[in-house]
Amino acid sequence: MEMPKANQMIIDAKPSIVAGLAQLLPKDAVLHYLNDTRPYECDALAAYACQPLAVVLPRTTEQVAAVLRFCHAHAIPVVPRGAGTSLAGGSLPTADSVVLSVARMVNVLEIDYPNRFIRVQTGRTNVSVTAAVEDEGFFYAPDPSSQLACAIAGNIAMNSGGAHCLKYGVTTNNLLGVTLVQMDGTIIQIGGAYMDSGGLDLLGLICGSEGQLGIVTEATLRILPKPEGARPVLIGFDANEVAGACVSDIIKAGILPVAIEFMDRPCIVATEDFAKAGYPDCEALLIVEVEGSDNEIDLQLALIKEIAMRHNPVAFRESKSAEESQKIWLGRKSAFGAMGNIADYMCLDGTIPVSALPLVLRRIGELSQHYGLGVANVFHAGDGNMHPLILYNANKPGDLELCEAFGNDILRLCVEVGGCLTGEHGVGVEKRDLMTVQFAPADLEAQLNVKDVFDPKWLLNAAKVFPLDVSASRRATSV
Amino acid sequence: MRPQNEAELAQILVEAQLPVEIIGGGTRAIGDVVAGATPLYTDGFAGIELYEPGALTLVAGAGSLLSDINDQLAVEKQRLPFEAPDYAAVLGREGRSTLGGVVACNAAGPRRVQAGACRDSMIGVRFVDGAGTIVKNGGRVMKNVTGLDLVKLMAGSHGTLGVLTQVAFKLLPVPEASRTLFFDGQDPATAVSLMAAALGSPYEVTAASFRPQSGTVLRVEGFDAAVKYRASALAKHLKFYGQAQISENSLSVWADIRDLKPFVGQTGDLWRVSVKPSDAAGILAKAAPLDYMLDWGGGLLWLLLPENTDLRLLLGTFEGHATLFRGKGGGAPSFQPQSPAIITLTQGLRAKFDPKAILNKGRMG
Repeated sequence: MEMPKANQMIIDAKPSIVAGLAQLLPKDAVLHYLNDTRPYECDALAAYACQPLAVVLPRTTEQVAAVLRFCHAHAIPVVPRGAGTSLAGGSLPTADSVVLSVARMVNVLEIDYPNRFIRVQTGRTNVSVTAAVEDEGFFYAPDPSSQLACAIAGNIAMNSGGAHCLKYGVTTNNLLGVTLVQMDGTIIQIGGAYMDSGGLDLLGLICGSEGQLGIVTEATLRILPKPEGARPVLIGFDANEVAGACVSDIIKAGILPVAIEFMDRPCIVATEDFAKAGYPDCEALLIVEVEGSDNEIDLQLALIKEIAMRHNPVAFRESKSAEESQKIWLGRKSAFGAMGNIADYMCLDGTIPVSALPLVLRRIGELSQHYGLGVANVFHAGDGNMHPLILYNANKPGDLELCEAFGNDILRLCVEVGGCLTGEHGVGVEKRDLMTVQFAPADLEAQLNVKDVFDPKWLLNAAKVFPLDVSASRRATSV
Repeated sequence: MRPQNEAELAQILVEAQLPVEIIGGGTRAIGDVVAGATPLYTDGFAGIELYEPGALTLVAGAGSLLSDINDQLAVEKQRLPFEAPDYAAVLGREGRSTLGGVVACNAAGPRRVQAGACRDSMIGVRFVDGAGTIVKNGGRVMKNVTGLDLVKLMAGSHGTLGVLTQVAFKLLPVPEASRTLFFDGQDPATAVSLMAAALGSPYEVTAASFRPQSGTVLRVEGFDAAVKYRASALAKHLKFYGQAQISENSLSVWADIRDLKPFVGQTGDLWRVSVKPSDAAGILAKAAPLDYMLDWGGGLLWLLLPENTDLRLLLGTFEGHATLFRGKGGGAPSFQPQSPAIITLTQGLRAKFDPKAILNKGRMG
């Protein structure tokens, strides 16, 4: 993975840039010593790191606007950062960039239960949004696995999903309004605590724009009443194909589970060794969770059981208590930890049409043999969002490159069968160079045109999302 | 002009120098396009390209008739989630709605409160921009964050950024049963608070609407045994607001609300206002409409005003949006003027996607 050459003139001007930023912000809000900026050199895609020029930690929208206005005037690249949990390198700095972190912007600004929304500063973590409203029986629906740590700003930047989005949708379906600061410092209100804003759907455009169109400092989020209850079942099968067919039949039957999670044998074995959740010895397992009152849950689970039985499962475990539910989820929730215990791993995020599942899993198995690297599959089966985990050894020279080549082949396969490169993690730098696999030049040009409108100088997170050669002529205008 | 494929359409737009008006079914266009624009019909782009019931996915031509699509989905007991309305009658128009038209105005019926609008179910588009370039975005899978989301941008763009040729949706199963709860005799403020209590309950209310003549109506949908339980639990939860009548068969009640039946044939301007539900009563007091309906728990107001009334003058500054849906509105623009910063962005986007300024020129301000 290549990053553009840093602008030496900007690096040389560091003292005056830091002094300029210090005039705009409180004393403790500008970091520029190597020891202080080191935590910002990478995000959760830790294979890549780079020290930024400086890091700023504003507390208000006005401070964000002041920093952006300053950087715009001096043509200094800016890399926005939420909590730094991106798996795609979305907040990887360049040496000539200022990292703008919203980590100190964590306030709840307004909670309105009758109108069912909450307005927050976007540095607030995903889970603490729900925490702010759950005493009144509400929750914020998108629930990425990193929800304990990840910030709403990053959720909006990547249009994050989660295990429960089959029923509740992803971030874009739960976002009502934002305060956006443009690169030139203009502050804009888009949308609000109402459902339709008239005009073009700029909110939809900003959600998932990976920090390239502006910095979202405040967000109005839809909150939902918590269901009366939820319970999972665990179903084991002796073949991936059969598990896939069962998912399709459940959906066709008119049941809308909140989650359908899939794990293949390598993943089951690894999590079993690690978490000892008591999973059955089988080729594939599904965890299907439904919601409602006790009676409604019983009803839906009975239907699911009837459907599953037609596929001769090797195991069917229905939860009867909170404890049993926890046990069913234990293995799935430990999957990434279990993998990390065995080896270094790279987590992919392609989406495929559900019907292509057996073919894709078979091809991934063949590729695994070809590259000599192990792979385990966990995924959100209801919506086809796969998370293959490729195992490698970071200390072995050449292994990371091998792993990346393997990953790229899997993502190409996802596109080939009608899917896409990323379902919820975002493109960042990780999938940047594969964009031409999914998009024709005209498709990319249309997206580049949108960035031109919001950030004509291409200063905001400019080395991400688009292959460097595709964005080269535009980025040149900023130097 | 009636292109039969994307290449023909692209050629037309490459060559076009004068304004064109994109026409699907011609049933739901809001606001005028400049006089003399050449009509461009989309019926060459009809038909289902891909329908996978097991994956809840549909890909179809933008010129497909909404009714044809609904019929096809019904065979598999599935539907578009957002309850697409048919406005032909209330707008006094001939013709039949197309998928492209539904997308272009980001339509949504009463189920908006639960399932979102058209844009929330859209997963892919193909379109030809004003320069004649064929563009695709999104695809056929439900979760996709690859690149900028032009799918959402196209939804509700009223044909100002491109001519849609193909759209992809995620679908939902048609539930086995539904129940409708009727509450009599509220003033609008009480109705909004009743609807807030309903929508804030765990009983999965899929629609909440109010008319002064008929009171508040709520809907629950799902498996028969489940909706039976939820309807009675909901009635109990809301007993403060009076005794609910529960009906098992009320499809026509919701079709009438969805298609604005009460306003069909009534004289007057019709305005559509989107606000925070708790602001609805205040809006009504200022507007003093001849007739009205609240939908989306009070978040959407349909106001019938005397002919040639500019509602925005009556409301002054308010938090939300008012669109002139039918009538002259005292010369008010159909679409509410936006803030200067949003106008700049909008003009910038239109200039990029339609550099010759020929697509539905005059619409959306």
